[in-house]
Amino acid sequence: MILNIARKELKSLFASPMGWIILALLMMAFGSYYLTGVNNYFEVMSGAIRPAERVGVSIFVGQTVYSIASFIMLFAVPLLTMRLISEERRSQTLPFLFSAPISLTEIVLGKFVGLIVFLSILVLYIFLMLTTLNIWADIDFGYLIANSIGLWLLVASFSALGIYFSSLTQQPIIAAILSFISLFALMIMERFFASDPNHWFAYLSLMKHFQSFSRGLIDSSDLMYFFLFISTFLTLTIRRLDADRLRG
Amino acid sequence: MLNLTLEAIELTRLFGGREAVKNVSFHLEKGEVLGFLGPNGAGKSTTMRMLTGNLAPSVGTVKICGIDMIENPKEAKALIGYLPETRPIYKELTVDEFLTIAARLHKVSTNQIKKAVDTAKEKCGLSHMSKRLIENLSNGYQQRVAIAQAIIHNPLVVILDEPTVGLDPIQIREIRSLIREIGQKHSVILSTHILPEVEMVCDRVQIIDKGNLVFHGSIEELKQHRQGNKLLVGFSKAPPLSALKDVEGVTEVEKVEASMYRIHFKNNQSPSEAIVKLSVKNRWGLYQIAPDQTSLEDVFVQLTEKKQKN
Repeated sequence: MILNIARKELKSLFASPMGWIILALLMMAFGSYYLTGVNNYFEVMSGAIRPAERVGVSIFVGQTVYSIASFIMLFAVPLLTMRLISEERRSQTLPFLFSAPISLTEIVLGKFVGLIVFLSILVLYIFLMLTTLNIWADIDFGYLIANSIGLWLLVASFSALGIYFSSLTQQPIIAAILSFISLFALMIMERFFASDPNHWFAYLSLMKHFQSFSRGLIDSSDLMYFFLFISTFLTLTIRRLDADRLRG
Repeated sequence: MLNLTLEAIELTRLFGGREAVKNVSFHLEKGEVLGFLGPNGAGKSTTMRMLTGNLAPSVGTVKICGIDMIENPKEAKALIGYLPETRPIYKELTVDEFLTIAARLHKVSTNQIKKAVDTAKEKCGLSHMSKRLIENLSNGYQQRVAIAQAIIHNPLVVILDEPTVGLDPIQIREIRSLIREIGQKHSVILSTHILPEVEMVCDRVQIIDKGNLVFHGSIEELKQHRQGNKLLVGFSKAPPLSALKDVEGVTEVEKVEASMYRIHFKNNQSPSEAIVKLSVKNRWGLYQIAPDQTSLEDVFVQLTEKKQKN
């Protein structure tokens, strides 16, 4: 049932050119940063730097692409999540889902999975793009895989939060703005605690947890953080939809 | 009593302390069409939303074929087809795509989906619209898509909230016959403002006003209310009132126009024959005699007002 809802979401996404256009634009952006990364690598690494300070091509280009990807996703995901529930609320199509024999959990998870499938295309695309470096260099696949997992978890967290804000309002734009602001705050939060990186507040920041992945480190505490983040916001969304049924 | 498909037991719904629906109980049997009437804001849609599990009742229970809607929502919802007030259709999809999704979400098994979609389209007269975007369809066709969505999984109970809104007279007739057809095998609840529709389609009628059930009975009972033991009689040479009043069975005579009288009589004692005989004997010049039908609208107003006085 979750998959059926996910299929429905993907169908609506690709029913209009919007889905394709977003996909194409994002791929173009990642592609151009990949190209810049490779160019810069040749310029910077060609001679001026002492051998001890040199970094490998996978880290150099990977860092450029993955850090820009996390930044672009910060804008792209709220635009994709905004309509998931608020649009249904506005065009009053929610009763269609509510009166079908599916639970609220399945509805919310279905919508989430649908979006994740869409975003996974991008994460996979970035990974494949970077593996093309392997044609002329010997790249570090572990680093790329850790980064991909990190990016994937990051966009999944963005989506979970975006879906929650989408369930709060009838106006997709308001949902997008709200989720963008809160995601932005969560991303930069740790910068305010630069002097004390171990402050508990900094620990809430999404960026802090993404950083260990971007160093190529898969830390189970970071996995746990993302897992809790996603499940918290999905649960809140389910609660919000249940309140519709209870409060009317 | 074994064939109860839907039971509503003492449904009450509060909206911030205000009772939108008060203590409404009714049941529906297999093969029955129940009409749900009421003025705007009476609680029709609220009741329907509670029946379909879109809204939790503050007090009371809903049972679909004996399955409790609150305890086992999935099983209960699988037996229901619901057309809400506002059509729940995804306008960016084509008719086929939308109905396939509807079938899939209602757990029609994968190899049956195509057949279910085709049957629903045929029943709602949508077969030639399969590949069209719902957005580009006319209002009436969109309504048909919404109805098709409600019957696609062949549900035992079909709940339709104002199904004939926005349809042209020919479509209305088709939809009515469709409702009759569904009503033979399954149970249907429909709400409407159009009173003659109820008379045409429904077996039983239920009138709700300000959250209270004010009338609940078969369509015959409603018709009785309508005919209400009255005769409308016209004479070209008007006789004295007292002469009419003396006829057996007559309880009251009132003058409507110069030569028209409304004669009230006791149950099952129609004085029409006696009046005709008298008129011939006394040369009153009888030119019209007919049962005086109150319009359904009047019955409706009477019923809703009577309750308000109480």
